[in-house]
Amino acid sequence: MWRDDLRGIFYIALKDMRAYYLKPPNISWGILFPGALILAFAIRTPGDLRVLAPGLVTMTALFSATSMEAIVITFERRTGALERLMLAPITLPAMLAGKVLGGVLFGLAISAVVLVGVTAGFGLAAWRLAPAFLALLLSTAAFSALGALVSVAVREVFEAQTLANLLRFPMIFLCGVFVPLSRLPAVLQVLARALPLTYAVEAVEAALLGTPGWPMAFDLAVLAGFTALLFALAAVILRRRLD
Amino acid sequence: MPAIETENLTKTYGSLIAVDHISFEVRTGEVFALLGPNGAGKTTTIRMLTGLTRPTAGDARVLGFDLRRDLPRIKKHIGVVPERSNLYDELSAFDNLVFAMQLYGVPRRERGARADELLRRFRLEGKRDVPFARLSRGMRRALTLAAALVHRPRLLFLDEPTVGLDVVSAHGLRALIERLRGEGVTIFLTTHYLEEAERLADRVALLVQGHIVALDTVEGLKARVRRGSTVEVHLVGAAGEERLCFHGEDTEAALRLALAHAEAEGKQVVTINTLQPTLEEAFIELTGLSAEVMLAEKGSSNVA
Ligand SMILES: Nc1ncnc2c1ncn2[C@@H]1O[C@H](COP(=O)(O)OP(=O)(O)O)[C@@H](O)[C@H]1O
Ligand SMILES: [Mg+2]
Repeated sequence: MWRDDLRGIFYIALKDMRAYYLKPPNISWGILFPGALILAFAIRTPGDLRVLAPGLVTMTALFSATSMEAIVITFERRTGALERLMLAPITLPAMLAGKVLGGVLFGLAISAVVLVGVTAGFGLAAWRLAPAFLALLLSTAAFSALGALVSVAVREVFEAQTLANLLRFPMIFLCGVFVPLSRLPAVLQVLARALPLTYAVEAVEAALLGTPGWPMAFDLAVLAGFTALLFALAAVILRRRLD
Repeated sequence: MPAIETENLTKTYGSLIAVDHISFEVRTGEVFALLGPNGAGKTTTIRMLTGLTRPTAGDARVLGFDLRRDLPRIKKHIGVVPERSNLYDELSAFDNLVFAMQLYGVPRRERGARADELLRRFRLEGKRDVPFARLSRGMRRALTLAAALVHRPRLLFLDEPTVGLDVVSAHGLRALIERLRGEGVTIFLTTHYLEEAERLADRVALLVQGHIVALDTVEGLKARVRRGSTVEVHLVGAAGEERLCFHGEDTEAALRLALAHAEAEGKQVVTINTLQPTLEEAFIELTGLSAEVMLAEKGSSNVA
């Protein structure tokens, strides 16, 4: 059975990639939107642009990992196609994992491009790519699981899009993408600590600009925890929805 | 071993009883039709038997496996064509079939050839690289059936296979279903078309409001309606022509009555027809519903 599940996870991710992700609008939107936001910020508040690099990379990961992930399950439930996966000899968690993996692969691919660009552009040491990639891997896992949760929580595609934005935009402003956490009011700092993007930004920052060490390992562990929690929630909700 | 066995299978949604303690057996190799009007519980029955929804009560065995305990094993050997043709709009006909094979673990080296073979068989070879969304309704239906066959299932579930199809596509699809039966695939289909059940099914269960009100062969169901036999004769004589029906114990008795009448009236018999009771009559008699309930929906349904 676990072989059926593994195969299912792989091919579902692959299918989603071909059917949804690798469409030009998806790819360009995933890169252009975070780029435009950062550019706007940089023009308004000139200074050391280098400090914005981790935020840019992480925001790209957030948007690309959730852009499709947050709607794909809702969409396939509407078209009836999700039923095909339920009929196949794979378990529900495996099916969900396939969906989440699609978001992870796409998020990783897009944010890795931005990562390489930023590393080269700012002349950062090439070895930093390795820890940064690891940080992106766990970040996109948490983001994609969050997207899946959004996707199973609603009935209509437009609701999924609205809910996804309702979560993404506050996160950008709370989680240290533009403004370091330490400069936020205490209440908001506490709130930020409850959001996965905070740990993603910290981890990527440590990898690119700081010393990847124990604080970063802690961030990665928290991201893994978020992934597991969000995934489990999504699986429980999906099972209820389908019965 | 029967292909399907159910015992008091039941599904309730809140206070609504969609399927109410149904028990039946589907024999290996037969075409079994669940016939009933919209809302009777046909789809719910299929959803239970294919693991898409859990029964509220009752038991079932599918291909000898317990539905509650062995669902993963059941899934490997059944094919399902849902009410709605639900392949992926974005993928081509070929890619849709290949993805289905990937999910069912068809070995990589066999996939391409098998997909092409299915496309040929369903007369879709010309549409190999066309996205599902751009196929006609009849082609989408045929491809959905093809996708249910990629892993060579022993048991095929078809939920209202021809609803919403034009006459020609519906005819073609029925011919395909008949061929599958010839290959030994057990077929469980639902329909609200009397003629479809009559044409395709070995045995028919009449489902009304979640209850099975009758289960028999098509012939058996007809026989319950009217004992005896009817012949219709066309008579011509000096006084003009007439069409008359005669009813007797059997066809021979009915015929004797007709000939006696012709002789007495001095008329010649031009044609003789034996009138078979229709499944429609059986349906009306057994369910107490008018056949219009079933037929009225014909034009209005646009699923698929
Ligand atoms: N998910 C559901 N929730 C609530 N009621 C449902 C659900 N699915 C089906 N029903 C109800 O169960 C009954 C049987 O439905 P269904 O099995 O779809 O009938 P059929 O396929 O024979 O037309 C209908 O009254 C329908 O409204
Ligand atoms: Mg139905």
